[in-house]
Amino acid sequence: MRIEPRSKVSKTLIISVPILSSFAALLIAAIPISFAGANILQAYQEMFFGVFGSVFSFSEMLTRATPLIFTGLAAALAFRARLWNIGAEGQLYLGALLSVVVGTGYFDLPPLLLTPVIILCGAMAGAVGMAVPTFLKVRFGADEVVTTLLLNFVILIFIQMMLEGALKDPMGLGWPQSSPIVEEAMLPKLLPRMRVHSGLILAIVCAVFVHFMLSRTVWGFRVRAVGENAVAAKYAGIPVHRSLFMVAIFSGALAGLAGVSEVAGLKGYLTADLSPGFGYTGIVVAMLAGLSPLGVVLAAIFIASVFVGADSMSRAMGVSSYLADLVVALSLLSVLVGGFATRFRIVWSKRQPGDNG
Amino acid sequence: MGKVLALKGLSKRFGSVQANEAIDLDLNKGEVLALLGENGSGKTTLMNMLFGHYLPDTGSIDVADRQGSLQPLTLGHPQISLTKGIGMVHQHFTLAENLNALDNIVLGTEPLISFKRNTGSALKKLEKIMHETGLFAPLDVSVGKLSVGERQRIEILKALYRDVRILVLDEPTAVLTPQEADDLFDNINTMAKSGLSVIFISHKLREVLSFSQRIVVLRQGKKVGELVTNKTNESEIAHLMVGGGVKSAERETCTPGKAVLQLNQVSITGRSKRDSLFDQSLEARAHEILGIAGVSGNGQAALASLIAGLEVPENGSILIDSSEIEKPTPKKMIGAGVGRIPEDRHHEGIIGTMNLADNLIIEKLDDQEIQNFGILKRSKIKTNAAHLCESYDVRGPGVDAEARLFSGGNIQKMILARVFEQNPKLILANQPTRGLDMGASAEVRRRLLDARKNGAAILLISEDLDEVLALSDRILVMHDGNLIPAETRDRAQIGLLMAGTAA
Repeated sequence: MRIEPRSKVSKTLIISVPILSSFAALLIAAIPISFAGANILQAYQEMFFGVFGSVFSFSEMLTRATPLIFTGLAAALAFRARLWNIGAEGQLYLGALLSVVVGTGYFDLPPLLLTPVIILCGAMAGAVGMAVPTFLKVRFGADEVVTTLLLNFVILIFIQMMLEGALKDPMGLGWPQSSPIVEEAMLPKLLPRMRVHSGLILAIVCAVFVHFMLSRTVWGFRVRAVGENAVAAKYAGIPVHRSLFMVAIFSGALAGLAGVSEVAGLKGYLTADLSPGFGYTGIVVAMLAGLSPLGVVLAAIFIASVFVGADSMSRAMGVSSYLADLVVALSLLSVLVGGFATRFRIVWSKRQPGDNG
Repeated sequence: MGKVLALKGLSKRFGSVQANEAIDLDLNKGEVLALLGENGSGKTTLMNMLFGHYLPDTGSIDVADRQGSLQPLTLGHPQISLTKGIGMVHQHFTLAENLNALDNIVLGTEPLISFKRNTGSALKKLEKIMHETGLFAPLDVSVGKLSVGERQRIEILKALYRDVRILVLDEPTAVLTPQEADDLFDNINTMAKSGLSVIFISHKLREVLSFSQRIVVLRQGKKVGELVTNKTNESEIAHLMVGGGVKSAERETCTPGKAVLQLNQVSITGRSKRDSLFDQSLEARAHEILGIAGVSGNGQAALASLIAGLEVPENGSILIDSSEIEKPTPKKMIGAGVGRIPEDRHHEGIIGTMNLADNLIIEKLDDQEIQNFGILKRSKIKTNAAHLCESYDVRGPGVDAEARLFSGGNIQKMILARVFEQNPKLILANQPTRGLDMGASAEVRRRLLDARKNGAAILLISEDLDEVLALSDRILVMHDGNLIPAETRDRAQIGLLMAGTAA
């Protein structure tokens, strides 16, 4: 058996591999599910109806997908430029923090103005959160993987401090949570009596915008050039550092928007458990999407479906909801293997007689 | 003399490319065989099959064992090829720079776990080899500090230490001065006399004719000729290699015009002396090709990055058309009318995963011709690319295909199209024909001569002394970061300057 690079990668392969990988992940996940003592077919049926069984369950899935689209875009855009932003989690909290600061009445603005100001401030906070590590990278060569990752913890602890102190809701019965955002400034709901909100629309608009920027503009050209081959980009006169900086700002802003959308669209106030790792899951989303901005939307929906479906399956079947995490992890691994399969092929060849090596 | 190697009907296909087709080749004991062919003719593929890196589609290989009788070789396993006495010295060295020569040589021959290293016997064996072959190299200095010639000797010693009986050398002289190359071939001949069989891959006709006993010529994956060296001549071989006559570029006489590029006492301190320039001045004039000869790694990289705008000089000034370029950047240099052909076209010249059309516009992204308020004019970019491909004869899978899918020659033509389309005043051509086949090389040289005729100043940096001699109006030799004007056109004299031994 030997592995050879493929000379040409077909379109069908590129499209079919992620889908097949997802199925492979579900197939492998069948093993632990059966170990947990559940009927596999019934489990997957529960999982399916847990997402597509009713308008409500579907809207729950979309609610879950919304922050993942934002963080997925943040990762996809940065990774396109080979800027390894692992800090979407922290940038999300920065976005959430500033939207709470602005949205809880410190500014006396009409609601029509307040919502855009919240969105803008949250995005800017996220942008700053990524601009700082990028500055350290460009100026001092500090590895952004390390700095962005560690900043996540710094920011989270800072948030906890604020929630115990300056931002603590005086009406919160002692819970470490912020005051709620004023009702009028909240992002409008999309459906009555359901949690899905217009943050989803904003997320999809962002995906289309990022797609357009990357594929149709000089800006996106530069970003792609820097990511694909920074040496050649520099040789051709593309300002590598400035392009990286711009990417950092946009990537951080997208992650910040995830925080805005969770606070102003869903929760209404900030707590230190606002995000169950949306920033990290965003990396999975981006990888699953092959770093394509439009693919991020689909990948986020897939992962949100797995989460929501597995949640409802575990409730119905009495198995652990950690199985959802397992399916997500398995799908990332499957996609990585699948990506390998698109680039290489395995040739089976018989060993020859007399072979002693 | 008995046969030591017989390749029988070897074929290898990569996708739609037939890299090797039914190639037969014999090698005798103590013979020096030259394997000749243009780039892409299948030389390296053939040797990689011999060495076990590739598995042939059809065919077989017989190798003589220690007693001299031919035995079939198990294909596709480098380790087995090695134990059967086949060694290969690659064009790009595979030495660990932080280890000394001895460690590099014995690396992989020692048991993985042992309590005591037996360096004494290794040293003894190596000293014996060095005395027999005349290949001397310092064994206790870390390889990173050694010259290219010394490293190459270590690579060869590494193969000999493994008791190879068949040694394959892939373009061994690409990085050597003419004198070093001659020394190397003297050593090879000594080794051949004591029974080693050598195959060397080359495309330099001169050394093939002087140092081999037999020549095998490949073209488009097929063996097109097998010649006895002292019964053939340069034109017969060239004819076989390209399958027809190659017309060399006509060099018209031009009167040099005003100075386009002036460097005034420019210094760059790189990581080593070899990446540096010391207080150097030069002037390149319109209608003139200024050739920079020298063994690579003597400061050419520093000079090239200076003119490409990648380095800011520590002191001194760069003037283009008599106006100083302060704090040069690639963009400023392009703006000042400098066209740049990079040394490493795959790494610096193109973005392999972007398509051909995108690669053609990468140096003029601010141009209103291809964008409107920052939005790319995609159809314009495509028609521009199609047009350039036609006028520069870029052939390949099309303008929408990723640039990496094009052959080296076509990638170079693509870079030429990008550079010459802007009508540059100054052209930096850094190793412009390295690794190209004869047809593509001739095309590059023709374009450079055309640009000279049209009034451009050209700075030609090349390791290929024959190329520098053929194209240049003036020659500077680079050694250890210094530029020395060559008053002569004599190969041997220039060779001495390249080695830094002549005053």
